[in-house]
Amino acid sequence: MMKILVPVKRVIDYNVKIRVNSDSSAVETNNVKMSMNPFDEIAVEEAVRLKEAGLAEEIIIVSIGDKGSQETIRTAFAMGGDRGVHIVNDLNTEPLVVAKILKNLIEKEAIDIVIMGKQAIDDDSNQTGQMLAALLDWPQATFASKLELNDNQIKVIREIDGGLETLNVKLPCIVTTDLRLNEPRYASLPNIMKAKKKEIIETPIEETGVDFSSRLEVLKVEEPEVRSGGRKVEDVNELISVLKNEVGVI
Amino acid sequence: MSILVIAESNGIEVDRGTLSAITAAQKIGDKINLLILEDSEQVINKAKKIKGVTNIITTSGDLQGGLAENLAPLISECAKDVTHVLSSAGTFGKNIMPRVSALNDSQQISDICEIIDADTFVRPIYAGNALATVKSLDKIKFITVRSTAFQAANDQDGDAEIVEGPVAETNGKSSFVKRDLSESDRPELTAAKIVVSGGRGIGSADNFSILDPLADKLGAAVGASRAAVDAGYVPNDYQVGQTGKVVAPELYIAVGISGAIQHLAGMKDSKTIVAINKDEDAPIFQIADYGLVGDLFEIIPELSDKI
Repeated sequence: MMKILVPVKRVIDYNVKIRVNSDSSAVETNNVKMSMNPFDEIAVEEAVRLKEAGLAEEIIIVSIGDKGSQETIRTAFAMGGDRGVHIVNDLNTEPLVVAKILKNLIEKEAIDIVIMGKQAIDDDSNQTGQMLAALLDWPQATFASKLELNDNQIKVIREIDGGLETLNVKLPCIVTTDLRLNEPRYASLPNIMKAKKKEIIETPIEETGVDFSSRLEVLKVEEPEVRSGGRKVEDVNELISVLKNEVGVI
Repeated sequence: MSILVIAESNGIEVDRGTLSAITAAQKIGDKINLLILEDSEQVINKAKKIKGVTNIITTSGDLQGGLAENLAPLISECAKDVTHVLSSAGTFGKNIMPRVSALNDSQQISDICEIIDADTFVRPIYAGNALATVKSLDKIKFITVRSTAFQAANDQDGDAEIVEGPVAETNGKSSFVKRDLSESDRPELTAAKIVVSGGRGIGSADNFSILDPLADKLGAAVGASRAAVDAGYVPNDYQVGQTGKVVAPELYIAVGISGAIQHLAGMKDSKTIVAINKDEDAPIFQIADYGLVGDLFEIIPELSDKI
């Protein structure tokens, strides 16, 4: 029976309007609502469905980040994750470092499938899954919108520019989730209560043996120029007239 | 500075995103090698004419389906003596570049929209709601380029040298089955000069065709908001926004789109934005250059008629 690893990241909730901090060094995260990265929720859901279908035995949830990450791991527990690993780092962890830490964990835990979000909605890198696949020399099924698991192989439909692509990848493999893979469930109250009792093993990033120094120095963070609204036009005739005479595009 | 640009091509020519990546490469250095990952004479002959490209590197072997597992080692081999490796930030580049970057123990820089110097770049974070200026400390920099932020390179007046490159080998862990591309006579969303997009206000999949005559008349691509895609009005690849495509046409016409942050992230760099919506308080009007309040089912046919 298979073991699935689902990495989850705690990010600013997708409904929050972000703002840059006062010294323009980062986006302000203090006193801001945090949630599980939405693509990771889809990954957890997919893993739970595989387990419910009797295709997987155990779902391990891992998160790298500050203390608050434990709350995100518990959210994944409430959806159906079995046990958790928290790698503690109060600072930002770059995708390559995340991939190296996950690689060690995967080898230790003898994982068969990693299902993870295609990108985190904070830094929008879209790198970790592909990097992890490279480090392990595993195949990658990125931007997945449908998975079909048949002995030792996954048939995956991926979202690509202009349409869809179908690939077969052999296990073990990395899957990264796109939006339409599934619709994540809401956790039920009994499951939220049960989630409190599940085990999380905590390891400081310094003890992972991975060099976690930064390779991409953030010099500054700014808000983009705000686009200001123009004006309302009265009717179709006026709209056509401005497009012809003022804008000149038609 | 020697730069490797990874081309994405379709059996006929390299795509618009690759031409933008070449423009970005020219801002970093002047020796540009373009790696063609398709054994196609037509693509190669056309690519030879791209201005600013020094060498075209050809490849052969198992290139089918552009599988990352087979191509990443090959790209790595071509990247040995360069300072930068670039590709466009479409799904092809997004899939393959991090794999190559990790093989070279380098922290990739995704989706750059500005080049400050050879080590320093600006990239959008939080769906473009903030811009980060980042400096790479890695020896070889692996970069994906936001194609709407750089003009397409001239593909008529160049004369690149053709150099035979490595042969792709099958890794055996993945295989290509098929590709289902949406068929359309319209221009591709990210390359179109005019985009007409529909949102939830359109109301149904059947109603969506109300945009067709307008798009046909304007030679426009048709897009959609995430709400319209989620409601099943149109396929996924129509989606413009944070999790869909980023477009920056000359003219963007948003029809029945309220203007959620997630949608604005994908179109706010358009040159002119027109919004048509029955709700005069819709957030889309705060960023539109021209707004028309009213019933789209009356406005769109009239507009298609008179334009």
